[in-house]
Amino acid sequence: MSTGISDYRRREESTSYSAEPAGMGLEQEMMTVNMGPHHPSTHGVLRLILTLEGEIVRDIKPIIGYVHTGIEKTAEQKAYWKVIPVVERMDYLSYYFNAYAFCGAVEKLLEVDVPKRAQYLRVIHMELNRIMSHLVWLGTSCIDLGAIGMWWYAFREREQVLDLFEMSSGQRMHTRYFQVGGVIEDIPSGWARRVKQFTKTMRERSQQYSALLDKNEIFLQRMRHTGVVDERTLIDLGVTGPLLRAAGNPWDLRKADPYCSYEDFRFRIPVGTTGDNYDRYRVRHAEILESCEIIDQAIDGLPEGPHITEDRKVALPPRHELATSMEALIHHFKLVTEGFRVPPGEVYNAIESPRGELGCFVRSDGSSKPARVHMRDPSFVNLQATAPATRDTYIADLVATLAMLDPVLGGVDR
Amino acid sequence: MPDATGLELIAQGLRDRHPDAVLDTLHFRGEATISVASAHVRDVLLALREQGYSFLASLHGVDYYPDEPRLSVHWQLLDMSAVDRICVKVRLPLDDAHVDSVVDIWPGANHPEREVYDMFGIVFDGHPDLRRILMPEDYEGHPQRRDFPVGGEPVIFTYNEDKIPGWTQ
Repeated sequence: MSTGISDYRRREESTSYSAEPAGMGLEQEMMTVNMGPHHPSTHGVLRLILTLEGEIVRDIKPIIGYVHTGIEKTAEQKAYWKVIPVVERMDYLSYYFNAYAFCGAVEKLLEVDVPKRAQYLRVIHMELNRIMSHLVWLGTSCIDLGAIGMWWYAFREREQVLDLFEMSSGQRMHTRYFQVGGVIEDIPSGWARRVKQFTKTMRERSQQYSALLDKNEIFLQRMRHTGVVDERTLIDLGVTGPLLRAAGNPWDLRKADPYCSYEDFRFRIPVGTTGDNYDRYRVRHAEILESCEIIDQAIDGLPEGPHITEDRKVALPPRHELATSMEALIHHFKLVTEGFRVPPGEVYNAIESPRGELGCFVRSDGSSKPARVHMRDPSFVNLQATAPATRDTYIADLVATLAMLDPVLGGVDR
Repeated sequence: MPDATGLELIAQGLRDRHPDAVLDTLHFRGEATISVASAHVRDVLLALREQGYSFLASLHGVDYYPDEPRLSVHWQLLDMSAVDRICVKVRLPLDDAHVDSVVDIWPGANHPEREVYDMFGIVFDGHPDLRRILMPEDYEGHPQRRDFPVGGEPVIFTYNEDKIPGWTQ
């Protein structure tokens, strides 16, 4: 028997959010407070159920799934090359990384060789993306701490990166620039010079950020000795990226297990010492400079050659060939209508995204659509560090810690 | 990644300790995979953890429809000092999709196990808080299964929430 709307509402209200009973503590009554999902400091639609004792957070449970869009399911319905724009939209601040994690996995299955020039172009774009992602993190985090001025500075530089993306690919975000086998087209003339100009500006500007923040008394009070999590806990929680490096573990896949020609570049891995919020800030800030370093080296050493594999079974033929070559026309038609077929098998491709290990698992059943795409998104795993980082701290520090953990909810929910 | 010989040595070491545990090994595109019996998953993961594969990098659910047994869980283990990865894989039948939880070994398996439960309906025995994580709590079905249809999901607004079948009953 249907009782109408009220029944659904009642069920929604009565769902239990906690497996552990929250109630009377030993001395003081615990209070359960809902934070989010529409809260300016949660950087997306993250909902937190806080158990408070006075102003002290005793337990925290993240509730996620508000922007779950079934991207992994959608990917199973699409030909491999059509999956790229879909996966790019997961972690919307690191779209080049998402695209590369997927393309790299498919290239592994296909055993396609990616030309050196394409690898360098990928590195340049990924590092620009890393800078952009860290700038968004810095700007929004400083808003959470009450420093709105920093946001304008960070977004001023972010605009420049987006302009560079627009120049090379036509889009500012979700560019679909990476393709299986390489990149969609070569960089336009003058782009390399603009990139060099940008890295020069970025270095100066990041000095200005330091001048603004590093010794800022208010900033230090909010950052130092807050949200500390030790290295062992982070490793057990599966946390990677700047959070783990801030705790002193120099684990970086670009160095440890180089992919996409990262072994050609000279760069350092910034590490912290105590793993508090200040270390997290300093590590990401230093990473911006290291990314500038990598970009400069890649631009200077950019090899000549094709920007995408010559394998016509995988990559589209150049447009001008379609008018003169029957084979090119056939290949073009087959690729656009059906897509390429991928040998059956399963691979896992892990790369270092701005937030840690971004892994893409692809299972192929031999058809032109993947049978399973799973993204090990770093935000999803790193979000589990919220509880150990904020337990037994003040609720005011929770906001700062959450900002420094830098979860992107598009990546968490997928 | 361990090479093909290294993988066989690891598998043999596991067979010596747990005779029925290892079902198969696969070395594909430079990646090592060990298929294990579902009863011995915990033993194998603990043994590999002792051998240095102490970081649980990822946990995937897979549906092999129409093959049987259909469901599968993959644990991607990582040895951070040797920079080495190995995948442990278990196949589970649809009517008995149970496997031991590893949350007490790796607390970081909490969210991924909940995701696999949510998307595939695989129950992790011993998980402290096995609830749906990405889908709504009252959602029916496990959407990442291959036989779960795409599309047709009604969007609920206030004006039509009592008219959409399945939501108010």
